[in-house]
Amino acid sequence: MGEPLVLKDHSGESQIFFERAIIGFLVLIALMLFLLGRLFHLQIIQHDMYATLADQNRIQVEAIPPVRGLIYDRHGEIIAHNMPSLNLTIIKEVSPDIDLTLSNIDDLIGLSAEEQQAFRRRLERRQRPYEPVPVIFRLSAEDHARIVVNKNILPGVQVEATLIRHYPQGSLLAHAVGSVRRINENDAKRLDRVAYSGTNHVGKIGVEKHYESILLGKVGHKRVETNARGVVMKELDSVDPEVGTDLTLHIDAALQRVSSAALAERRGTIVAIEPSTGGILALVSKPSYDPNLFVTGIDHETYSQLLESVDVPLFNRALQGQYEPGSTIKPLLGIAGLVTGTISPDDVISDPGWFRLPNEDRLYRDWNWRLSDTGGHGEVGLQKAIYRSCNVYFYDLAVKLGINRIHQYLDLFGFGKNTALDLPEARSGLLPSVEWKNENRGLAWFPGDTVNIGIGQGDMLVTPLQLATAVTLIANRGRWVAPRMLKSGYVLDEDRNNKDIDVVPDYIWDEIISAMEKVVHRGDQELGENGTAWAYIGKDIPYRMAGKSGTAQVVNIKQGKEYDENELSERQRKHAWFIAFAPVEEPKIALAVLVENGGGGSEVAAPVAREILDYYLKRKTH
Amino acid sequence: MPQDFVRRLSDTGYGFERTVGIGDKVHLDITIVLLLIVISAYGLLVLYSAVYPNQSAVISQIVKISIAGLVMIILAQISPIFYQRLAPWLYIFAVFLLVLTFFFGTEVNGSRRWLRIPGFVGFQPSELMKLALPIALASYFHDRHLPPKKRHIFWALMIITLPTALIVPQPDLGTALIIFVSGILVLLLAGVAWKFVFGAIGVAFLSAPAVWFLLKDYQQRRILTLLDPERDPLGDGWNIIQSKTAIGSGGLSGKGLFEGTQSHLNFLPESQTDFIIAVLAEEMGFLGVVFLLMLYFVILTRGIVIAIQAQDTFGRLLAGTITFTFFVYVFVNIAMVSGLLPVVGIPLPLVSYGGTSILTLFASFGIMMSIHTHRRIML
Repeated sequence: MGEPLVLKDHSGESQIFFERAIIGFLVLIALMLFLLGRLFHLQIIQHDMYATLADQNRIQVEAIPPVRGLIYDRHGEIIAHNMPSLNLTIIKEVSPDIDLTLSNIDDLIGLSAEEQQAFRRRLERRQRPYEPVPVIFRLSAEDHARIVVNKNILPGVQVEATLIRHYPQGSLLAHAVGSVRRINENDAKRLDRVAYSGTNHVGKIGVEKHYESILLGKVGHKRVETNARGVVMKELDSVDPEVGTDLTLHIDAALQRVSSAALAERRGTIVAIEPSTGGILALVSKPSYDPNLFVTGIDHETYSQLLESVDVPLFNRALQGQYEPGSTIKPLLGIAGLVTGTISPDDVISDPGWFRLPNEDRLYRDWNWRLSDTGGHGEVGLQKAIYRSCNVYFYDLAVKLGINRIHQYLDLFGFGKNTALDLPEARSGLLPSVEWKNENRGLAWFPGDTVNIGIGQGDMLVTPLQLATAVTLIANRGRWVAPRMLKSGYVLDEDRNNKDIDVVPDYIWDEIISAMEKVVHRGDQELGENGTAWAYIGKDIPYRMAGKSGTAQVVNIKQGKEYDENELSERQRKHAWFIAFAPVEEPKIALAVLVENGGGGSEVAAPVAREILDYYLKRKTH
Repeated sequence: MPQDFVRRLSDTGYGFERTVGIGDKVHLDITIVLLLIVISAYGLLVLYSAVYPNQSAVISQIVKISIAGLVMIILAQISPIFYQRLAPWLYIFAVFLLVLTFFFGTEVNGSRRWLRIPGFVGFQPSELMKLALPIALASYFHDRHLPPKKRHIFWALMIITLPTALIVPQPDLGTALIIFVSGILVLLLAGVAWKFVFGAIGVAFLSAPAVWFLLKDYQQRRILTLLDPERDPLGDGWNIIQSKTAIGSGGLSGKGLFEGTQSHLNFLPESQTDFIIAVLAEEMGFLGVVFLLMLYFVILTRGIVIAIQAQDTFGRLLAGTITFTFFVYVFVNIAMVSGLLPVVGIPLPLVSYGGTSILTLFASFGIMMSIHTHRRIML
C-alpha cells in the first residue's frame, strides 16, 4: 500500500447510500404503479376494443355459395341446371414464381394471354392471403389429368370442383330463358357484395335476370380461424347456404323445338301464348346462340363473331325486334270500327284497287293492284276485307276512325307499351298519335299518316310478343292476360293496369273471329273469294283456326312502281307475318310468326304457324 | 482494528440484528432463491404455452436455468473481497473481449455481438460486461471518499462510456442501454450531488436533437412508430399494434393457457423472447401480470434490503446496482411491449427465452448473495 491511509467516513457513506436506496425504492414503486396503470388501461379499460381487434386478426369469413335454383319447362323438362365443373386455381403464397407456374400451365394445357390477364385481375381482387384464385374454368377431363400428373412442377396449383350453370338445351331456349353471365366490374359495383361473395355469375338476361333474387338463394358462410400468414387453422362455425328457388316456366320445350324446326334456317321469330293464362309456350328468335358460351367466359373471337354477324344472333327478335304489323292489324281496326259505329258488318264499299284522299293526288294501293290499273276486290264488306285482306277498305275505315280513335282502341290491346310481366328485355313498340308526332317529329298529323296506319304501316311498330298478346286477347274475347314466363315456384306480380276489353260486345267478337276463321278456312270459291291463307294451309286442316296474315314492307315502294321480289335484295324483301289461334271454339294456343324478309305472310308465315298448331293440338298434354 | 469499530457502528446504527442462519452457512439467501425458483417456474409455464406444442425450447430453458443456478451457487460461495480485487482485471478483460468482438465478432442477423472461439462455444462479451462494469465501479468508489468528487465522477463516466461505446456499434442498443444505465445507477447510489444529476438530465434534453441525427434509420423509425404505431401498421407499427392487441384482448383473467390467439396464430412477434409478457397478459390476463409484478416487487425489495444491510461500500453499491438494474430490465421490457417505450432488445428477466441473459442474471444474484452471506459477524 504505497498510498497514504485515507480515513473513510463509513457511517456517512452508509447514510448516503441509505438515502439514495430509499429514493430509488420510491421511484421503483412509482414506476411499478405506472406499469400497472398502463396494463390496467390496456387490459381492463380498452379490453373490448382489443378483443375485437384480436378477433378481426384471426377470424376470416369464407363464403359458401348457394346452389342456384333450377328452371323447368311446364312438363318438368330441365331448362337450366347446375353442373359440376373443375376449376384450376392457384394459391399465390404457395407458388413462389407465378409467371413460371403460368407458363408451365400454358405448356401443358394451353393458357391464352387473355386468360392470364383475367387471372391477374382476379388475383388483385382476392380478399385474403392463401385464397385460391381461379385460372381456368371448366377443365376438361384430359387437361385435368395432365395437371394432376405434372403436379410437381405446378406449386400452389389446385383443381377445385364447383357448380356452374348449364343450359342443356343449348341455343334452343337462349332467347326465351336468358342466361347467367360472369360478374364483371360494373356488376360488382351494383351487386350486394355479401350476397354474391363466392358466386361468380349473375342472371343477366331474361328469366335468369328477372328472377335473379329468388334463383340466387342465400349465401352461407363459415368462419375460419387463420394465422398471421392467412393459413386456415380451423373452422369455427358455419351457416349453410340456402338453395335458390326452383322455377317452372310456361315454356313448352317440345313445342319450342317444333317451332324452331318450323322456322328451319330462316331468320324469324315465333311467340306462342296460352290464352287462358298468358303463359308463353314458345318464344323463338332465330338465329340463336349457345348461352353456355357466356357462362364460362367467351373468348374474344367467338364473341365478336356473334356481335358482328349481320344475322344478329344475340338480338332477341321476339322481344326487342320492332316491326310494322302490316295487315295483322286489320281485325283490330275492324273491332274499333264496329264498336264506334263507324261501320256496320253489312256496309259495303267498292274497291277499285286504290284509295285516294280528297284533294290529294297520291294513290294508296291495294296489294293486288297493278300498274296496269287492274286489281281491286270489287264490292267489299268487313268480313271480306279481312279474309281477303283488302287494303282499300281499311284505308277508308282508318280515315273515318281518325288517328285518335285508332290510338284509343289499339292501346286497349297493349300496343305502344310493355305489358310483359317477367321479360326484362321486352320493348314497347310504337303506337303513333298526334301528340307523339308533334313531340318527336315536330310535325302535324297528316291524313295520309292515318291511311297508312289502316294497313299497319307508317310509323307504327310492334314487337312479335305484342302481336301475339293482341291475338291472345282476341282469342280470349277481351279478357286480359299479360304475357308471362313463370308458371309456378313463385308469386308473380300481376300488372293491374291492363283492364279487360269490355267495350266490345260478343257479336263483334263473333264477327271478327269468324272473319279470321275465313282467312284460313274459306276455300273452293271462285277467284278472289278464298281466304288468303286457305290455299297454303286451309285445305286439309282438321281443326278450326282463326288467323290473319300480314306483310310488312322493309323498303318503301315508290309511287308508280310495283313491288318486285326479284328487283330487291334478300334483306329488302317484305317480312312475312301470321297471327293465329286455335281451336276457335276453345282456344288453347295463340301465336304470332314473323319470317324476316320471307315474303307474303300467308304463303311463308302461315305454314309455320300451322305446323306449330298441328303439333300442339294433336298432343294430349298441354 | 479501526475498521471493525466503524463496521459495528454502522450496523448498530440502523438496528439490523445479525444472526447466523442456515442460509449463511451455504452462502445462499433463502428469500432470493425461493423467489428465483417461483418466477422461473412461472416463466417456464408461460414459455411452455408460448412455444406449444414445441417443447424443445422449454427443455433447453430448464437446462440453462439449471446451469445458471449452479453458477449462481458457486459465485455465492466466493467472498466479495475476491470480486473486489478482481474488479479492474475483469473490467479490462471484458473491454478486451469487446474490442476483439468489434474486429472479429461473428455476424448474426446483421449485428456483431458474438465472439466465437474455434472449437469452443460462442458467447457475448457484452453479457460479461453487464457484471464487470458494476463490479468495477463499485470497487472504484469503494476506494474513494463518498460522495464522489468531480474528477472521480469524470473517471467513472469514462469507465461507463468505454464499453457502451463499444457495444452501441455492434449494434445492440438494448444491452448498451442496460450497461450504461447500470453504470449511472452506481453513480446515483454512490451519492452524486443532485446538481450534477439534474444538470446531466438538462444536457441530455438539450442534446436530444443532435442524438436524433446520430441514430440509425431503423432506430429513428422505432421511435416514430412508438409515437404513432398507425404510421406504418404493416411495417414497424405491426409489432406494437399486435402486442398491444394481445395484452388488451387478455382482459382481466385472460383467455387461458394455450388459448392466446395472438401468440398461437403468430400475430405476435418474438412471442417467446422479448414479447413474452404479451403472451402472459393475453393468456393469464391482468391478474396474471399483476402476480408476476408482485413477485418482481418482492425480489427487488429483498435486493434493496440486502444492499442496505451490506457492510461496505463495495457491497452496498454492487448489490444496489444489481437490484435496480434488474428493475430496469422489468420496466423497459414491459413498457416497450405495452407501447410506452421504443422497441429495444431487452428481455423480461427470468421469463424470456434466452441463454446468456439468464446466466448473467443468475450470476448477478450469486454475487449479491455472496455479499449478503459473507458479512463478518461482530461481537
